[in-house]
Amino acid sequence: MKYLDEFRNPELAQRLFDEIRSVTTRPWAIMEVCGGQTHSIIRNGIDQLLPVEIELIHGPGCPVCVTPLELIDKALAIASRPTVIFCSFGDMLRVPGSTKDLFRVKSEGNDVRIVYSPLDAVKLAQANPTREVVFFGIGFETTAPANALAVHQAKRLGLRNFSMLVSHVLVPPAITAILESPTNRVQAFLAAGHVCSVMGTWEYEPLVERYRVPIVVTGFEPLDVLEGIRRTVLQLERGEAQLENAYTRAVNRAGNLPAQQMLADVFEVTDRGWRGIGVIPNSGWRLRDVYRDFDAETRFAVQNIHTEESALCHSGEVLRGLLKPNQCPAFGKECTPRTPLGATMVSSEGACAAYYQYGRFAQSEDGAVL
Amino acid sequence: MNEFSNADFSNWTCPLPLRSYPTIVMGHGGGGKLSAELVEHLFAPAFRSAALDALGDAAVVAPPAGRLAYSTDSFVVRPLFFPGGNIGALAVNGTVNDLAMMGARPLYLTVGMILEEGLPLAHLGVIVAAMATAARTAGVQIVAGDTKVVDKGHGDGIYINTSGIGVIPADVQIAPDQARPGDVVIVSGEIGLHGVTILSVREGLEFGAPLESDCAALNGLVAAMLAASCDIHVLRDPTRGGVAATLNEIASASRVGVTYEERKLPVPPAVAAACDMLGMDPVYIANEGKLVAIVAPNAADAVLEAMQRHPLGVKATVIGRITEQHPGMVVARTGIGGSRVVDMQIGEQLPRIC
Repeated sequence: MKYLDEFRNPELAQRLFDEIRSVTTRPWAIMEVCGGQTHSIIRNGIDQLLPVEIELIHGPGCPVCVTPLELIDKALAIASRPTVIFCSFGDMLRVPGSTKDLFRVKSEGNDVRIVYSPLDAVKLAQANPTREVVFFGIGFETTAPANALAVHQAKRLGLRNFSMLVSHVLVPPAITAILESPTNRVQAFLAAGHVCSVMGTWEYEPLVERYRVPIVVTGFEPLDVLEGIRRTVLQLERGEAQLENAYTRAVNRAGNLPAQQMLADVFEVTDRGWRGIGVIPNSGWRLRDVYRDFDAETRFAVQNIHTEESALCHSGEVLRGLLKPNQCPAFGKECTPRTPLGATMVSSEGACAAYYQYGRFAQSEDGAVL
Repeated sequence: MNEFSNADFSNWTCPLPLRSYPTIVMGHGGGGKLSAELVEHLFAPAFRSAALDALGDAAVVAPPAGRLAYSTDSFVVRPLFFPGGNIGALAVNGTVNDLAMMGARPLYLTVGMILEEGLPLAHLGVIVAAMATAARTAGVQIVAGDTKVVDKGHGDGIYINTSGIGVIPADVQIAPDQARPGDVVIVSGEIGLHGVTILSVREGLEFGAPLESDCAALNGLVAAMLAASCDIHVLRDPTRGGVAATLNEIASASRVGVTYEERKLPVPPAVAAACDMLGMDPVYIANEGKLVAIVAPNAADAVLEAMQRHPLGVKATVIGRITEQHPGMVVARTGIGGSRVVDMQIGEQLPRIC
């Protein structure tokens, strides 16, 4: 496919691998922030082809993984109401809440639907005036503009039966929280290209300056990821700390101004809880007061949510790079992709699920335990 | 999108006296005159076979010599009509293919239908005509059938069960546990077409080029392959769960490993685009007219050539090998030379958010 195959070229990939190998002289811990990058790394087997010195830490950039348990439980409670059509992106349906997931709620006779865009949920609300249509608005700055647009449109259409359960999270405060942690091991970041295509790169300038940490804005195709890693390693080896943009075909310094305008109109910054990490100040968005009528949390006033995170699950430490998945006592025992205790074991690119799969293979190949 | 927008009902004419009811009513399953009329004027003329024409309580057929393959499958699909086929064609081809995957020559089918009250008779007519055409194309006879009607709201228009019997030639020994290290893995053509077509019609999504389901009967292709060589160890049609599920089933049944080259998988551009957009993987997408063959290395060339000469195997490709390593596991060599474990999906493949 045009504009895709060029970025999957095996010869060019090999050249980048060679270059990375030739400049790497000691161990480096690099965090790729975005779940999409983790997916690309696992799907293409990039991590196994890198020099052993380079450790990729799968960061907290998978919205499915960091959406707090309390919010998932709220989603389950709202979706269980008979008048509600609960709409969500597909991969949220299997994420475990305290006692069940959205698939279970659906099987209990409730109306839970997978949609591909929040605007589809707005259409559903128009088509079903007697039902309450709720969209599960999760994700980073990437999914936020479409969600903002959906709420904006619902208000313009005067829809009284549309609302959004919002749990938007932001990348820069998460990077700050990781860097502020006394146990931090991350030495450089691949910033999420699609987040930056919306927000621009200027937000990362103060981070680079304050923490003296290299940040390279990186895309998602194999060559994009490799180029991001190459530039990061070069900076680390030279002792530099700069903000670089390795994804110029999609990202500029200012970002997408109309999208930012829409975001500023609909959302305001708020503290957010991150599953496994805890509350990070000013790390998310909520609906502004003028859109409060569209806030599902207000509309349904879900009370008495008693969350119960598995005591065995260490996904928070995994997400911060403090623990490798296979160092978790529950890994591969109580917790497998079939019986996930935490969200990192749910999606195939969740750090734990990825380790589980590849670990099995590596063991059978050479008897070594990963 | 109108769920019937892809089917043409204009050529279907209602046989008298069915005209008095333009839709299915409860009486069509009541065993009385309405039921009889449906059989007499709709099913019997379309499915025409000596055994069926006798209209007894059971079809009477002469037992063919050799081992019998016997299979059943139920079909539920929404929408009922989609580009490249409909539930009727799917129901005939599905069971024909299940028999063919054992190396059997399909002979007889039975058809059980559960109709929802209110199903337009014209829709049923088009579905039945598609079944008749599919059966003729595959060379099988529909020898018995049954119809029930459920209340409106208790079914998706129509559910169809088909069962089938086929005969396995004496020298054919095909089964999921027959894969051996060194065997060659062949897919018969482009993957992912059926699943992505259904998804695009159901969700009203477009992915550049128009897509069609690959729904087809594979017994002809299998016959051509067996004529080239009997050293075919496993045949599977990668329906639900796609090529990934099929290879995993073979790996675990035969206690062998499977490796394949991702770049060799024939993925049509529109399927690749759809999967990229939705965060899905073509190896997990359903096919309805493709097969995966595990063939002894010395027979691989002959079988591949025979496949490529057949209209349903023109794009047949060797994608990988059976190996002693990592038994029970499927490993893909990725486009850039890495590797990854391709496991079975836990449930359905879900579009990813990021």
